[in-house]
Amino acid sequence: MIFGLSIGPEYYLALSALLFTIGAGGLLIRRNPLVMFMCIELMLNAANLAFISFGKEMGDLGGQLSVLFVLVVAAAEVVIGLAIVVAVMRRRPKASVDEVSVLRG
Amino acid sequence: MSAINVLAHESIQTPSVAWTGLLPIIILATAGVLLLTICSLFPKRVTNKFSSIYTQLAAVAALSSTFSLWDKVQNKSEGPYSTLAGAFGVDGFSIFVTMLITVCLILISPLAETFLKREKIDGPEPYVLMLLAATGGIIMAGANDFIILFLGIEVLSISSYILAAMNSRRIQSQEAGLKYFVLGAFASGFLLYGIALLYGATGSTSFSAIKNFTQDVELTNDTLLLASLALLIVGLAFKVSAVPFHFWSPDVYQGSPTPFVAFMASVVKAAGFAAILRVLYVTLGEYRADWQPAIYAIAIATLLTGSLLAIVQTDLKRMLAYSSISHAGYLLVGTQAASDQGVKAVLFYLATYAFMVIGSFTVIALNAGDCGTRTSLDSVAGLATKKPLLGIAFTIFLLGQAGIPLTSGFFAKFYVIEAAVEESSYILAVVAMITAVIGAFLYLRILVKVWLTKPEESEENENIHIPNEIKIVLGIAVVVTMFLGIWPEPLLEMVQRAIPELIAG
Repeated sequence: MIFGLSIGPEYYLALSALLFTIGAGGLLIRRNPLVMFMCIELMLNAANLAFISFGKEMGDLGGQLSVLFVLVVAAAEVVIGLAIVVAVMRRRPKASVDEVSVLRG
Repeated sequence: MSAINVLAHESIQTPSVAWTGLLPIIILATAGVLLLTICSLFPKRVTNKFSSIYTQLAAVAALSSTFSLWDKVQNKSEGPYSTLAGAFGVDGFSIFVTMLITVCLILISPLAETFLKREKIDGPEPYVLMLLAATGGIIMAGANDFIILFLGIEVLSISSYILAAMNSRRIQSQEAGLKYFVLGAFASGFLLYGIALLYGATGSTSFSAIKNFTQDVELTNDTLLLASLALLIVGLAFKVSAVPFHFWSPDVYQGSPTPFVAFMASVVKAAGFAAILRVLYVTLGEYRADWQPAIYAIAIATLLTGSLLAIVQTDLKRMLAYSSISHAGYLLVGTQAASDQGVKAVLFYLATYAFMVIGSFTVIALNAGDCGTRTSLDSVAGLATKKPLLGIAFTIFLLGQAGIPLTSGFFAKFYVIEAAVEESSYILAVVAMITAVIGAFLYLRILVKVWLTKPEESEENENIHIPNEIKIVLGIAVVVTMFLGIWPEPLLEMVQRAIPELIAG
């Protein structure tokens, strides 16, 4: 309750949908690999928010438990992703993903 | 003190674990971690040869552990069962996919040894990653809960991202890894959001609970469920490179080291389709009227794009990447049928395709020269005159992929199309047949190069040395492809008993 207003689950879900859209849209628009990673994280965390708000609404612990699994996966994914980006960046500093395009057909 | 006493008395209830059912996973995962430990303790003594044989032994152990499970599950009195509080299911389907994945692993690890030496990739990491990726694939096949499915997919995918980027000296390999990672993670995001929405719509992530919910409850407003269905299809279609979510696969196939391309085309595809069948056919079977049209459209787009774009390529690995996209199309034709017949056809297709694709990429890798980069279409010119037996093996694999009778590929395509016709998807069946003809053109184009073109002057003296273990791999792939093309009954009988079932939690 903030100033007598209660924030219902639908607000959290709307926020989560918004975050997911920003993440997915950002991934398609932005060309800096690091920003693209942030967008991927945004998508995963939007799903986490949805899990928690559904779980809270239904009084089910499963949703909150799922978030823990997702957090672990997200961490592993970032570790691998950063390693790959560092490897690419070392060869060509300041690369945007458009410049990484040797493979064509 | 009192708090501790309370805790001691009310011990935490843990779910019962049927360890034997998890044996393949435990063997492969432990083997992977153990190999990494051994190699960090004795960095100098561990050779590629050791890692390769070790991987093969682990896969053989996992494979042999599945035989008793298979008998147990087929036994009328016992049947399929679930373990870990209903999160993991052991049934004919999951064991069949486990067998397929372990067999692929056995065939691919000698390839890795031979070709990684050539590309100067050292160390145990590729083998550890392949073992872990195979573990992920097996988890996907047996998952009975969406969170477990997601974990399986991620274990498989994260390992494959590194495998794609394994050759860190080549910019192509790095680029393949980066593309695979970004698009794969994008797909995981969609999949996960789909799971979250499905959890919101049905109140559970367990397959059996979701199935029961969709059977018992008539939703007045199923927008949330349909939205989650769409997101799940997008996420899973990415993993099996179905059009319009296929952009990554030609680049990744071309850039990655060839043994890992064989791994992706066989193991990752099999695991991806196992997940699709479990989710769409078993769990969301009640909503087939909603997902069938989507899969129908994706299948047609995949078939046409895969076979048409394959023709205009000039790089062998890229050609086979597009052909593997069109193979995903045939597999989707079987999935779309949403019948036991269709599932059987998909499993049969996956098993036969795995041998053909591993064989084809082995030949390409053998022909690719010392750096593993000579993969243009012209590079196979006159292969048959230089190495007649290798040429014949390559011919069998390509004709098999084209679906010529007397190869297993013919029956694979036949059963898939038969399943579609039985469910009255006539247009889809016709499109599948037409694309089979277009696809045949691609394979014949390669074969003309192999048989009828003279080798380039400069390469006349080049000698292709085939190590013994590679000969064995090629031999196995040829024999299986021909054998199942003449007598498919043994495999048919197996897939008959590998229909996925809903396992109560």
